[in-house]
Amino acid sequence: MKTSTLRSPRRLRTAKVAAVVAVGVLALTACGGGSDSDDTGDAEATQATFEAGTTMETLQKAGKITIGTKFDQPGFGLKGLTDEPEGFDVEIAKIIAEGLGIDDDNITWVETPSAVRETKIEDGEVSLVAATYTINDERKERITFAGPYYEAGQQVMVRSDDSAITGPESFKANPDLKVCSVAGSTPADNISSYLASKSQLVTFDVYSKCADALRTNQVDAVTTDNVILLGLVGASEGKFKVVGDTFTKEPYGIGIKKGDTAFCQYIVDTLKKASEDGSYEEAWTETAGKVEGSTVPTLPTADACA
Amino acid sequence: MNVITENFDLFFQGFLKTLGICIICMFGTLALGTVVAGFRVSPVAPLRGVGTMYVNVVRNCPLTVVLFLIAFGLPEIGINQSYYTFGCAALIIYTAAFVCEALRSGINAIPAGQAEAARAIGLTFTQNLSSVILPQAFRTAIPPVGSVIIAMIKNSAILGAFGVSGDLLGNAILLTSSRGQDPTPVYLSIGFFFLLITIPAGLLLMYLERKAVILR
Repeated sequence: MKTSTLRSPRRLRTAKVAAVVAVGVLALTACGGGSDSDDTGDAEATQATFEAGTTMETLQKAGKITIGTKFDQPGFGLKGLTDEPEGFDVEIAKIIAEGLGIDDDNITWVETPSAVRETKIEDGEVSLVAATYTINDERKERITFAGPYYEAGQQVMVRSDDSAITGPESFKANPDLKVCSVAGSTPADNISSYLASKSQLVTFDVYSKCADALRTNQVDAVTTDNVILLGLVGASEGKFKVVGDTFTKEPYGIGIKKGDTAFCQYIVDTLKKASEDGSYEEAWTETAGKVEGSTVPTLPTADACA
Repeated sequence: MNVITENFDLFFQGFLKTLGICIICMFGTLALGTVVAGFRVSPVAPLRGVGTMYVNVVRNCPLTVVLFLIAFGLPEIGINQSYYTFGCAALIIYTAAFVCEALRSGINAIPAGQAEAARAIGLTFTQNLSSVILPQAFRTAIPPVGSVIIAMIKNSAILGAFGVSGDLLGNAILLTSSRGQDPTPVYLSIGFFFLLITIPAGLLLMYLERKAVILR
Protein backbone atom coordinates (compact mmCIF):
# COMPACT_ATOMS: atom_id res chain seq x y z
CA MET A 1 0.00 0.00 0.00
CA LYS A 2 1.02 3.54 -0.63
CA THR A 3 0.60 4.45 2.99
CA SER A 4 3.25 2.10 4.29
CA THR A 5 6.00 4.09 2.65
CA LEU A 6 4.47 7.29 3.88
CA ARG A 7 3.97 6.22 7.40
CA SER A 8 7.21 4.78 8.70
CA PRO A 9 9.22 8.02 8.98
CA ARG A 10 6.21 9.78 10.41
CA ARG A 11 5.72 7.07 12.97
CA LEU A 12 9.30 7.43 14.07
CA ARG A 13 8.85 11.13 14.48
CA THR A 14 5.74 10.63 16.58
CA ALA A 15 7.57 8.11 18.69
CA LYS A 16 10.21 10.72 19.37
CA VAL A 17 7.64 13.35 20.25
CA ALA A 18 5.87 10.85 22.46
CA ALA A 19 9.13 10.04 24.19
CA VAL A 20 9.84 13.70 24.83
CA VAL A 21 6.33 14.20 26.18
CA ALA A 22 6.65 11.12 28.35
CA VAL A 23 9.91 12.38 29.82
CA GLY A 24 8.27 15.72 30.46
CA VAL A 25 5.36 14.09 32.22
CA LEU A 26 7.75 11.99 34.24
CA ALA A 27 9.66 15.05 35.29
CA LEU A 28 6.43 16.75 36.25
CA THR A 29 5.12 13.85 38.26
CA ALA A 30 8.47 13.53 39.94
CA CYS A 31 8.18 17.13 41.09
CA GLY A 32 4.48 17.16 41.81
CA GLY A 33 4.36 13.78 43.46
CA GLY A 34 6.30 15.13 46.40
CA SER A 35 8.31 11.99 46.52
CA ASP A 36 11.50 13.72 47.51
CA SER A 37 12.73 11.04 49.79
CA ASP A 38 15.57 12.54 51.78
CA ASP A 39 16.46 9.10 53.00
CA THR A 40 13.98 8.68 55.78
CA GLY A 41 16.48 6.23 57.16
CA ASP A 42 14.73 2.91 56.95
CA ALA A 43 17.07 1.32 59.41
CA GLU A 44 14.87 -1.73 59.78
CA ALA A 45 16.51 -3.29 56.78
CA THR A 46 15.53 -6.81 57.53
CA GLN A 47 14.90 -7.31 53.84
CA ALA A 48 16.55 -9.92 51.78
CA THR A 49 19.49 -8.88 49.70
CA PHE A 50 19.08 -9.18 45.98
CA GLU A 51 21.49 -10.17 43.31
CA ALA A 52 23.27 -7.20 41.72
CA GLY A 53 21.77 -5.93 38.50
CA THR A 54 18.27 -7.19 39.13
CA THR A 55 15.27 -4.91 39.13
CA MET A 56 14.77 -5.64 42.83
CA GLU A 57 18.28 -4.51 43.70
CA THR A 58 17.92 -1.31 41.67
CA LEU A 59 14.61 -0.47 43.31
CA GLN A 60 15.84 -1.32 46.78
CA LYS A 61 18.86 0.93 46.29
CA ALA A 62 16.74 3.76 44.96
CA GLY A 63 14.39 3.39 47.90
CA LYS A 64 11.43 4.46 45.83
CA ILE A 65 9.16 3.03 43.18
CA THR A 66 6.60 4.23 40.64
CA ILE A 67 3.51 2.05 40.38
CA GLY A 68 0.65 2.19 37.89
CA THR A 69 -2.90 1.52 38.99
CA LYS A 70 -6.43 2.59 38.15
CA PHE A 71 -7.85 5.67 39.82
CA ASP A 72 -11.49 4.92 39.03
CA GLN A 73 -12.07 1.29 39.98
CA PRO A 74 -13.99 1.02 43.27
CA GLY A 75 -12.54 -1.67 45.53
CA PHE A 76 -9.37 -2.09 43.46
CA GLY A 77 -7.87 1.27 42.67
CA LEU A 78 -9.88 4.37 43.43
CA LYS A 79 -8.51 7.83 44.07
CA GLY A 80 -10.88 9.86 46.16
CA LEU A 81 -10.26 13.11 47.96
CA THR A 82 -7.05 11.83 49.50
CA ASP A 83 -3.81 12.03 47.60
CA GLU A 84 -3.39 8.29 47.35
CA PRO A 85 -5.46 5.69 45.57
CA GLU A 86 -7.13 2.99 47.64
CA GLY A 87 -8.10 -0.58 46.86
CA PHE A 88 -7.04 -4.18 46.61
CA ASP A 89 -4.64 -3.56 43.71
CA VAL A 90 -3.07 -0.75 45.68
CA GLU A 91 -2.62 -2.94 48.77
CA ILE A 92 -1.09 -5.75 46.72
CA ALA A 93 1.34 -3.28 45.14
CA LYS A 94 2.22 -1.98 48.60
CA ILE A 95 3.02 -5.52 49.76
CA ILE A 96 5.36 -5.95 46.79
CA ALA A 97 7.04 -2.60 47.49
CA GLU A 98 7.37 -3.42 51.16
CA GLY A 99 9.34 -6.54 50.32
CA LEU A 100 11.84 -4.29 48.57
CA GLY A 101 12.20 -2.13 51.66
CA ILE A 102 10.15 0.72 50.20
CA ASP A 103 7.53 2.19 52.50
CA ASP A 104 4.23 3.68 51.39
CA ASP A 105 5.50 7.28 51.39
CA ASN A 106 8.07 6.47 48.74
CA ILE A 107 5.61 5.06 46.26
CA THR A 108 4.60 7.34 43.40
CA TRP A 109 1.20 6.36 42.00
CA VAL A 110 0.55 6.86 38.31
CA GLU A 111 -2.86 6.46 36.75
CA THR A 112 -2.84 3.69 34.15
CA PRO A 113 -6.19 3.34 32.40
CA SER A 114 -6.60 0.21 30.28
CA ALA A 115 -5.37 1.71 27.03
CA VAL A 116 -1.96 2.88 28.23
CA ARG A 117 -0.86 0.09 30.57
CA GLU A 118 1.46 -1.71 28.14
CA THR A 119 2.93 1.54 26.86
CA LYS A 120 3.75 2.82 30.33
CA ILE A 121 5.46 -0.45 31.20
CA GLU A 122 7.43 -0.55 27.94
CA ASP A 123 8.55 3.05 28.35
CA GLY A 124 9.77 2.29 31.87
CA GLU A 125 7.54 5.00 33.26
CA VAL A 126 6.30 2.59 35.90
CA SER A 127 8.08 -0.37 37.47
CA LEU A 128 4.91 -2.40 37.75
CA VAL A 129 1.22 -2.14 37.03
CA ALA A 130 -1.50 -3.49 39.31
CA ALA A 131 -4.70 -2.38 37.68
CA THR A 132 -7.39 -5.11 37.37
CA TYR A 133 -5.08 -6.35 34.64
CA THR A 134 -6.44 -9.52 33.06
CA ILE A 135 -3.70 -11.87 31.91
CA ASN A 136 -4.08 -12.72 28.22
CA ASP A 137 -1.84 -13.84 25.38
CA GLU A 138 -2.14 -10.70 23.31
CA ARG A 139 -0.91 -8.59 26.20
CA LYS A 140 1.84 -11.09 26.96
CA GLU A 141 3.42 -10.21 23.64
CA ARG A 142 4.35 -6.80 24.97
CA ILE A 143 4.79 -7.31 28.72
CA THR A 144 5.29 -10.04 31.32
CA PHE A 145 2.67 -10.92 33.91
CA ALA A 146 3.44 -12.01 37.47
CA GLY A 147 0.63 -13.82 39.16
CA PRO A 148 -2.33 -14.12 39.05
CA TYR A 149 -2.99 -12.64 42.44
CA TYR A 150 -6.76 -12.72 42.08
CA GLU A 151 -9.25 -14.50 39.86
CA ALA A 152 -12.32 -12.52 38.94
CA GLY A 153 -15.14 -13.82 36.80
CA GLN A 154 -17.64 -12.15 34.55
CA GLN A 155 -21.30 -11.97 35.56
CA VAL A 156 -24.51 -10.27 34.47
CA MET A 157 -26.37 -7.55 36.38
CA VAL A 158 -30.02 -6.67 35.70
CA ARG A 159 -32.79 -4.54 37.19
CA SER A 160 -34.22 -6.06 40.37
CA ASP A 161 -37.71 -6.45 38.87
CA ASP A 162 -36.38 -8.30 35.81
CA SER A 163 -36.85 -12.06 35.75
CA ALA A 164 -36.42 -12.57 32.00
CA ILE A 165 -32.64 -12.64 32.09
CA THR A 166 -31.10 -15.53 33.98
CA GLY A 167 -27.57 -15.40 32.67
CA PRO A 168 -25.52 -14.70 29.55
CA GLU A 169 -27.46 -17.37 27.64
CA SER A 170 -30.59 -15.23 27.71
CA PHE A 171 -29.23 -12.81 25.12
CA LYS A 172 -29.15 -15.28 22.24
CA ALA A 173 -32.74 -16.31 22.93
CA ASN A 174 -34.06 -12.78 22.77
CA PRO A 175 -32.28 -10.50 20.27
CA ASP A 176 -34.12 -7.43 21.57
CA LEU A 177 -32.23 -7.50 24.83
CA LYS A 178 -29.35 -5.05 25.10
CA VAL A 179 -26.30 -5.44 27.28
CA CYS A 180 -23.84 -2.76 28.31
CA SER A 181 -20.12 -2.89 29.04
CA VAL A 182 -17.05 -0.69 28.78
CA ALA A 183 -15.63 -0.09 25.30
CA GLY A 184 -12.51 -2.08 24.59
CA SER A 185 -12.67 -4.07 27.80
CA THR A 186 -12.18 -7.82 28.05
CA PRO A 187 -15.77 -8.32 29.34
CA ALA A 188 -17.11 -6.55 26.24
CA ASP A 189 -15.06 -8.91 24.09
CA ASN A 190 -16.22 -11.95 26.09
CA ILE A 191 -19.93 -11.24 25.97
CA SER A 192 -19.88 -10.93 22.18
CA SER A 193 -19.97 -14.71 21.73
CA TYR A 194 -23.18 -14.85 23.78
CA LEU A 195 -25.04 -12.40 21.56
CA ALA A 196 -27.31 -13.03 18.60
CA SER A 197 -26.26 -9.80 16.93
CA LYS A 198 -23.56 -7.19 17.41
CA SER A 199 -26.10 -4.43 17.91
CA GLN A 200 -27.06 -5.95 21.26
CA LEU A 201 -23.86 -4.66 22.78
CA VAL A 202 -23.81 -1.06 23.97
CA THR A 203 -20.50 0.34 25.13
CA PHE A 204 -19.50 3.33 27.23
CA ASP A 205 -16.24 4.60 28.62
CA VAL A 206 -17.16 3.95 32.27
CA TYR A 207 -19.47 1.55 34.12
CA SER A 208 -21.40 4.32 35.85
CA LYS A 209 -22.88 5.27 32.46
CA CYS A 210 -23.85 1.61 31.92
CA ALA A 211 -25.58 1.60 35.30
CA ASP A 212 -27.43 4.77 34.35
CA ALA A 213 -28.52 3.26 31.03
CA LEU A 214 -29.75 0.17 32.89
CA ARG A 215 -31.78 2.30 35.29
CA THR A 216 -33.47 4.23 32.46
CA ASN A 217 -34.31 1.08 30.45
CA GLN A 218 -31.90 1.93 27.64
CA VAL A 219 -30.20 -1.42 28.19
CA ASP A 220 -31.41 -4.59 29.93
CA ALA A 221 -28.20 -5.77 31.51
CA VAL A 222 -24.66 -4.76 32.44
CA THR A 223 -21.83 -7.23 32.30
CA THR A 224 -18.30 -7.15 33.69
CA ASP A 225 -16.19 -8.76 36.41
CA ASN A 226 -18.18 -9.79 39.47
CA VAL A 227 -16.27 -7.49 41.83
CA ILE A 228 -17.16 -4.39 39.87
CA LEU A 229 -20.81 -5.46 39.62
CA LEU A 230 -20.99 -5.97 43.37
CA GLY A 231 -19.86 -2.40 43.82
CA LEU A 232 -22.59 -1.17 41.46
CA VAL A 233 -25.27 -3.29 43.15
CA GLY A 234 -24.16 -1.93 46.49
CA ALA A 235 -24.56 1.64 45.27
CA SER A 236 -27.92 1.08 43.54
CA GLU A 237 -30.16 1.06 46.64
CA GLY A 238 -31.73 -2.22 45.68
CA LYS A 239 -32.45 -1.32 42.06
CA PHE A 240 -30.02 -3.87 40.57
CA LYS A 241 -29.20 -7.52 41.17
CA VAL A 242 -26.63 -9.97 39.85
CA VAL A 243 -27.95 -13.08 38.09
CA GLY A 244 -26.34 -16.35 37.02
CA ASP A 245 -22.90 -17.74 37.75
CA THR A 246 -19.57 -16.37 36.65
CA PHE A 247 -18.99 -17.51 33.07
CA THR A 248 -15.37 -16.50 32.51
CA LYS A 249 -12.11 -16.58 34.40
CA GLU A 250 -10.32 -13.26 34.60
CA PRO A 251 -6.99 -13.82 36.27
CA TYR A 252 -5.56 -10.48 37.38
CA GLY A 253 -1.77 -10.24 37.13
CA ILE A 254 0.94 -7.72 37.88
CA GLY A 255 2.31 -6.24 34.68
CA ILE A 256 6.08 -5.79 34.45
CA LYS A 257 8.67 -5.28 31.73
CA LYS A 258 8.76 -8.11 29.23
CA GLY A 259 11.27 -10.80 30.04
CA ASP A 260 12.10 -9.71 33.59
CA THR A 261 11.70 -13.22 35.01
CA ALA A 262 13.68 -12.52 38.18
CA PHE A 263 11.32 -9.69 39.14
CA CYS A 264 8.34 -11.85 38.21
CA GLN A 265 9.62 -14.66 40.43
CA TYR A 266 10.16 -12.20 43.26
CA ILE A 267 6.55 -10.96 42.98
CA VAL A 268 5.20 -14.51 42.92
CA ASP A 269 7.21 -15.41 46.02
CA THR A 270 6.19 -12.22 47.82
CA LEU A 271 2.51 -12.86 47.12
CA LYS A 272 2.83 -16.41 48.36
CA LYS A 273 4.40 -15.16 51.56
CA ALA A 274 1.64 -12.58 51.93
CA SER A 275 -0.97 -15.27 51.54
CA GLU A 276 0.72 -17.34 54.26
CA ASP A 277 1.11 -14.55 56.81
CA GLY A 278 -2.42 -13.23 56.31
CA SER A 279 -1.55 -9.87 54.78
CA TYR A 280 -3.13 -10.94 51.49
CA GLU A 281 -6.43 -11.63 53.23
CA GLU A 282 -6.14 -8.39 55.17
CA ALA A 283 -5.57 -6.46 51.93
CA TRP A 284 -8.82 -7.92 50.63
CA THR A 285 -11.05 -7.42 53.66
CA GLU A 286 -9.96 -3.80 54.03
CA THR A 287 -10.77 -2.90 50.41
CA ALA A 288 -12.85 -4.90 47.91
CA GLY A 289 -13.98 -7.25 50.68
CA LYS A 290 -16.05 -4.46 52.23
CA VAL A 291 -18.71 -4.86 49.54
CA GLU A 292 -21.64 -6.92 50.70
CA GLY A 293 -21.81 -10.41 49.26
CA SER A 294 -18.13 -10.77 48.41
CA THR A 295 -16.11 -13.72 49.60
CA VAL A 296 -12.50 -13.73 50.69
CA PRO A 297 -10.42 -15.16 47.84
CA THR A 298 -7.54 -17.56 48.15
CA LEU A 299 -4.39 -16.77 46.24
CA PRO A 300 -4.55 -18.60 42.89
CA THR A 301 -1.63 -20.78 41.86
CA ALA A 302 0.84 -18.57 40.05
CA ASP A 303 1.74 -19.08 36.42
CA ALA A 304 5.33 -19.95 35.64
CA CYS A 305 7.55 -16.93 35.09
CA ALA A 306 8.69 -17.02 31.48
CA MET B 1 2.50 -1.55 11.00
CA ASN B 2 1.36 -5.11 11.78
CA VAL B 3 -1.38 -3.69 13.93
CA ILE B 4 -2.96 -2.13 10.87
CA THR B 5 -2.62 -5.01 8.43
CA GLU B 6 -3.72 -7.62 10.98
CA ASN B 7 -6.77 -5.66 12.05
CA PHE B 8 -7.65 -4.15 8.72
CA ASP B 9 -11.17 -5.62 8.80
CA LEU B 10 -11.79 -3.88 12.13
CA PHE B 11 -10.63 -0.55 10.75
CA PHE B 12 -12.64 -1.02 7.59
CA GLN B 13 -15.84 -1.91 9.47
CA GLY B 14 -15.34 1.13 11.66
CA PHE B 15 -14.74 3.22 8.56
CA LEU B 16 -18.03 2.04 6.99
CA LYS B 17 -19.95 2.65 10.20
CA THR B 18 -18.53 6.17 10.57
CA LEU B 19 -19.18 6.86 6.88
CA GLY B 20 -22.80 5.70 7.32
CA ILE B 21 -23.29 7.99 10.30
CA CYS B 22 -21.79 10.91 8.35
CA ILE B 23 -24.02 10.41 5.33
CA ILE B 24 -27.22 10.12 7.39
CA CYS B 25 -26.27 13.15 9.46
CA MET B 26 -25.26 15.19 6.43
CA PHE B 27 -28.68 14.83 4.79
CA GLY B 28 -30.45 15.28 8.10
CA THR B 29 -28.56 18.38 9.06
CA LEU B 30 -28.89 20.01 5.62
CA ALA B 31 -32.66 19.49 5.75
CA LEU B 32 -33.06 20.72 9.32
CA GLY B 33 -30.63 23.61 8.77
CA THR B 34 -32.61 24.76 5.72
CA VAL B 35 -35.87 24.67 7.66
CA VAL B 36 -34.37 26.69 10.51
CA ALA B 37 -32.90 29.19 8.03
CA GLY B 38 -36.37 29.50 6.51
CA PHE B 39 -37.73 30.21 9.99
CA ARG B 40 -35.13 32.89 10.58
CA VAL B 41 -35.97 34.85 7.43
CA SER B 42 -39.73 34.27 7.51
CA PRO B 43 -42.15 37.20 7.77
CA VAL B 44 -43.87 35.56 10.77
CA ALA B 45 -42.36 36.96 13.97
CA PRO B 46 -42.93 33.89 16.21
CA LEU B 47 -41.21 31.63 13.65
CA ARG B 48 -38.28 34.05 13.52
CA GLY B 49 -38.17 33.94 17.30
CA VAL B 50 -38.09 30.14 17.37
CA GLY B 51 -35.36 30.04 14.73
CA THR B 52 -33.24 32.62 16.53
CA MET B 53 -33.64 30.89 19.87
CA TYR B 54 -32.77 27.51 18.40
CA VAL B 55 -29.58 28.80 16.81
CA ASN B 56 -28.48 30.73 19.86
CA VAL B 57 -29.11 27.93 22.33
CA VAL B 58 -27.78 25.00 20.32
CA ARG B 59 -24.84 26.79 18.74
CA ASN B 60 -23.58 28.02 22.09
CA CYS B 61 -23.72 24.64 23.85
CA PRO B 62 -20.82 22.19 23.59
CA LEU B 63 -21.66 19.16 21.46
CA THR B 64 -20.98 16.89 24.42
CA VAL B 65 -23.70 18.65 26.40
CA VAL B 66 -26.22 18.32 23.56
CA LEU B 67 -25.32 14.63 23.19
CA PHE B 68 -25.53 14.05 26.91
CA LEU B 69 -28.92 15.71 27.22
CA ILE B 70 -30.32 13.61 24.39
CA ALA B 71 -28.68 10.25 25.16
CA PHE B 72 -29.14 10.40 28.94
CA GLY B 73 -31.87 13.00 29.38
CA LEU B 74 -34.53 11.60 27.07
CA PRO B 75 -34.50 8.06 28.59
CA GLU B 76 -34.94 9.75 31.95
CA ILE B 77 -38.37 11.00 30.83
CA GLY B 78 -39.27 7.65 29.30
CA ILE B 79 -38.16 8.10 25.69
CA ASN B 80 -36.12 5.05 24.70
CA GLN B 81 -34.32 4.81 21.37
CA SER B 82 -31.11 3.15 20.30
CA TYR B 83 -27.94 5.12 21.07
CA TYR B 84 -27.28 5.18 17.35
CA THR B 85 -30.52 7.13 16.82
CA PHE B 86 -29.81 9.40 19.78
CA GLY B 87 -26.27 10.06 18.56
CA CYS B 88 -27.31 10.88 15.00
CA ALA B 89 -30.17 13.07 16.25
CA ALA B 90 -27.83 15.04 18.50
CA LEU B 91 -25.26 15.51 15.75
CA ILE B 92 -27.98 16.65 13.32
CA ILE B 93 -29.53 19.07 15.79
CA TYR B 94 -26.16 20.52 16.76
CA THR B 95 -24.82 20.94 13.23
CA ALA B 96 -28.11 22.31 11.87
CA ALA B 97 -27.59 25.53 13.85
CA PHE B 98 -24.33 26.12 11.99
CA VAL B 99 -25.79 25.09 8.63
CA CYS B 100 -28.61 27.57 9.22
CA GLU B 101 -26.20 30.43 9.82
CA ALA B 102 -24.01 29.54 6.85
CA LEU B 103 -27.09 29.38 4.68
CA ARG B 104 -28.31 32.72 5.97
CA SER B 105 -25.06 34.31 4.83
CA GLY B 106 -25.94 32.95 1.39
CA ILE B 107 -29.44 34.39 1.61
CA ASN B 108 -28.10 37.79 2.66
CA ALA B 109 -25.82 37.82 -0.36
CA ILE B 110 -28.80 37.85 -2.72
CA PRO B 111 -29.78 41.38 -3.74
CA ALA B 112 -33.02 42.48 -2.06
CA GLY B 113 -34.45 43.34 -5.49
CA GLN B 114 -34.78 39.64 -6.31
CA ALA B 115 -37.11 38.93 -3.40
CA GLU B 116 -39.05 42.10 -4.12
CA ALA B 117 -39.44 41.18 -7.78
CA ALA B 118 -40.60 37.70 -6.86
CA ARG B 119 -43.15 39.15 -4.50
CA ALA B 120 -44.25 41.62 -7.17
CA ILE B 121 -45.16 38.83 -9.60
CA GLY B 122 -47.31 37.26 -6.88
CA LEU B 123 -45.14 34.46 -5.45
CA THR B 124 -45.94 33.45 -1.88
CA PHE B 125 -43.20 33.44 0.77
CA THR B 126 -42.68 29.69 0.41
CA GLN B 127 -42.56 29.88 -3.39
CA ASN B 128 -40.22 32.84 -3.17
CA LEU B 129 -37.90 30.96 -0.80
CA SER B 130 -37.92 27.62 -2.61
CA SER B 131 -37.68 28.83 -6.24
CA VAL B 132 -35.84 32.12 -6.04
CA ILE B 133 -33.89 32.65 -2.84
CA LEU B 134 -32.69 29.23 -1.65
CA PRO B 135 -31.37 27.88 -4.98
CA GLN B 136 -29.13 30.92 -5.21
CA ALA B 137 -28.33 30.95 -1.50
CA PHE B 138 -27.14 27.33 -1.60
CA ARG B 139 -24.79 28.09 -4.47
CA THR B 140 -23.29 31.05 -2.67
CA ALA B 141 -23.10 29.24 0.65
CA ILE B 142 -21.24 26.14 -0.57
CA PRO B 143 -17.88 27.03 1.04
CA PRO B 144 -19.22 27.82 4.54
CA VAL B 145 -21.76 24.96 4.52
CA GLY B 146 -18.96 22.65 3.33
CA SER B 147 -16.76 23.65 6.26
CA VAL B 148 -19.63 22.94 8.63
CA ILE B 149 -20.17 19.48 7.11
CA ILE B 150 -16.46 18.65 7.38
CA ALA B 151 -16.49 19.76 11.02
CA MET B 152 -19.51 17.50 11.53
CA ILE B 153 -17.69 14.50 10.09
CA LYS B 154 -14.90 14.99 12.59
CA ASN B 155 -17.35 15.59 15.42
CA SER B 156 -18.96 12.23 14.67
CA ALA B 157 -15.99 10.61 16.43
CA ILE B 158 -17.47 11.62 19.78
CA LEU B 159 -20.51 9.39 19.26
CA GLY B 160 -18.36 6.43 20.24
CA ALA B 161 -18.36 7.81 23.79
CA PHE B 162 -22.16 7.84 23.91
CA GLY B 163 -23.08 4.23 23.39
CA VAL B 164 -22.51 3.93 19.65
CA SER B 165 -20.18 0.98 19.16
CA GLY B 166 -18.22 -0.24 16.19
CA ASP B 167 -17.36 3.14 14.73
CA LEU B 168 -13.76 4.13 13.98
CA LEU B 169 -12.95 5.50 17.39
CA GLY B 170 -14.79 2.69 19.20
CA ASN B 171 -12.67 0.12 17.38
CA ALA B 172 -9.53 2.10 18.18
CA ILE B 173 -10.39 1.88 21.87
CA LEU B 174 -11.00 -1.85 21.45
CA LEU B 175 -7.56 -2.36 19.90
CA THR B 176 -5.58 -0.24 22.32
CA SER B 177 -7.39 -1.25 25.45
CA SER B 178 -8.52 -4.84 25.35
CA ARG B 179 -6.10 -6.13 22.71
CA GLY B 180 -3.18 -4.21 24.19
CA GLN B 181 -1.93 -2.67 20.95
CA ASP B 182 0.38 0.32 20.69
CA PRO B 183 -1.87 3.41 20.51
CA THR B 184 0.38 5.43 18.17
CA PRO B 185 -0.10 3.41 14.94
CA VAL B 186 -3.75 2.77 15.80
CA TYR B 187 -4.64 6.43 16.20
CA LEU B 188 -2.53 7.41 13.18
CA SER B 189 -4.64 4.99 11.16
CA ILE B 190 -7.85 6.41 12.60
CA GLY B 191 -6.67 9.83 11.48
CA PHE B 192 -5.91 8.39 8.06
CA PHE B 193 -9.39 6.90 7.72
CA PHE B 194 -10.98 10.19 8.74
CA LEU B 195 -8.92 11.93 6.06
CA LEU B 196 -10.22 9.30 3.67
CA ILE B 197 -13.68 10.74 4.31
CA THR B 198 -12.92 14.44 4.74
CA ILE B 199 -10.47 15.00 1.87
CA PRO B 200 -12.76 13.56 -0.84
CA ALA B 201 -15.57 15.54 0.75
CA GLY B 202 -13.46 18.69 0.42
CA LEU B 203 -12.63 17.89 -3.23
CA LEU B 204 -16.30 17.31 -3.97
CA LEU B 205 -17.11 20.67 -2.41
CA MET B 206 -14.48 22.41 -4.55
CA TYR B 207 -15.98 20.79 -7.63
CA LEU B 208 -19.51 21.84 -6.65
CA GLU B 209 -18.33 25.36 -5.94
CA ARG B 210 -16.79 25.66 -9.39
CA LYS B 211 -19.91 24.23 -11.00
CA ALA B 212 -22.37 26.37 -9.11
CA VAL B 213 -20.54 29.66 -8.93
CA ILE B 214 -22.70 32.70 -9.63
CA LEU B 215 -20.83 35.28 -11.66
CA ARG B 216 -21.78 38.70 -10.53
